[in-house]
Amino acid sequence: MSRVRVLVGTHKGAFILASDGKRQDWQISGPFFGGWEIYHMKGSPADPDRLYASQSTSWYGQMMQRSNDGGQTWETVGNKFTYEGETGTHKWYDGTPHPWEFKRVWHLEPSLNNPDTVYAGAEDAALFRSEDGGHNWRELPGLRHNTTGPSWQPGAGGLCLHTILLDPNDEKRMFIAISAAGAFRTDDGAESWRPINRGLHSQYIPDPTAEVGHCVHRLAMHPARPDVLFMQKHWDVMRTDNAGDSWQEVSGNLPTDFGFVIDVHAHEPETIYVVPIKSDSEHYPMDGKLRVYRSRTGGNEWEPLTKGLPQSDCYVNVLRDAMAVDSLDSCGVYFGTTGGQVYVSSDAGDNWMPIAKNLPAVLSVEVQTLA
Amino acid sequence: MIRVVLPAHLRTLARVDGEVQLEVSGEVTLEAVLDALEERYPVLQGALRDHVTKKRRAFVRFFACQEDLSLEPPDIRLPDAVIASAEPLLIVGAIAGG
Repeated sequence: MSRVRVLVGTHKGAFILASDGKRQDWQISGPFFGGWEIYHMKGSPADPDRLYASQSTSWYGQMMQRSNDGGQTWETVGNKFTYEGETGTHKWYDGTPHPWEFKRVWHLEPSLNNPDTVYAGAEDAALFRSEDGGHNWRELPGLRHNTTGPSWQPGAGGLCLHTILLDPNDEKRMFIAISAAGAFRTDDGAESWRPINRGLHSQYIPDPTAEVGHCVHRLAMHPARPDVLFMQKHWDVMRTDNAGDSWQEVSGNLPTDFGFVIDVHAHEPETIYVVPIKSDSEHYPMDGKLRVYRSRTGGNEWEPLTKGLPQSDCYVNVLRDAMAVDSLDSCGVYFGTTGGQVYVSSDAGDNWMPIAKNLPAVLSVEVQTLA
Repeated sequence: MIRVVLPAHLRTLARVDGEVQLEVSGEVTLEAVLDALEERYPVLQGALRDHVTKKRRAFVRFFACQEDLSLEPPDIRLPDAVIASAEPLLIVGAIAGG
């Protein structure tokens, strides 16, 4: 029978939640790396027992952990992240030039076919790659040296590269997103990049339709249709059908289109999920009701999913890397909250149950579907 | 033998219990002790000071014999009591927040 393994990164350590394919009974193991922030953990699609975890604190900086046995044991690997070439500057909050400074890794994206190759998205925004299982990291400088790099400016959470999407049909194509620069695409294996933000409208920046400067919170892709991307922007839910050449808004009837997460059903490329958050100054759901919204039409028409989720006095947030889907026949959807809850729906969002209730604030959720 | 006390998180990371004891050849400076510490425990590279510039991380502090050495130059000679193993070099994570 199939199994699932949910990898949860929190403000104070990592946890692994495991269940069989029914997804009713769960075992929680951890905390791993107690007291450290685990911004992200992810398993290799090529070897599900190979896991990577980004571990950091403001005190002792960045560490990188690797497991070869599905998280039972861990090995500290390389943590030397240095920018290639002339460091240069980006814009600081006040618009003045500010030198690029490495702070942490927000997101890890293992290669689709090689467990020793993994990409890391960093703050200050840069893309790194390791080809030896995390021991050595090298910046892919084409992104940062993109002509728009000096104009990038941090969002409230920092100048973070938080999303990395690998095109399963074209190993040279990759998408990334940066707060608050926007989305970018490479078609030549990360040698060169271009902004893909046409169609975005951000009224809070001087030029609302600028080439860069948009606070993109998250991108999502269905592997069967890598030219179709969905975006949760600071405000606005967007989609593109041409790999980012142009975007259109699909917020439709959402009660608020601010939010962080967005994801796609494993078997239905037009079924997408978001968690609307009241506003950028009130990082909690509207009316104290935690509601996932699902669109079965690729956006615009949304339905609230509430069964099993708290519908009163709930004021948690769901951060940008804290939603995932499994690939079982009945698609499972998972998300974690800043209140330390992890919820699962084993029927594509119709019904929800908590599988952890009292973890530290959840920063990221990934799920592995295991044979 | 130089005695070094690590903060709890770094003891866990380095998989050590209690104090670390290091042989330091030549002049026993703060930098020499940190070099020896990182050589013995490579996982600590980058945790105390920058990989390249060797600048101390902002929230890491160094104390010995009730003196704060954090702002001293890295080539400062450690106190005789530390060199004689009577006192440890304390590496401390700064207390921050409320």
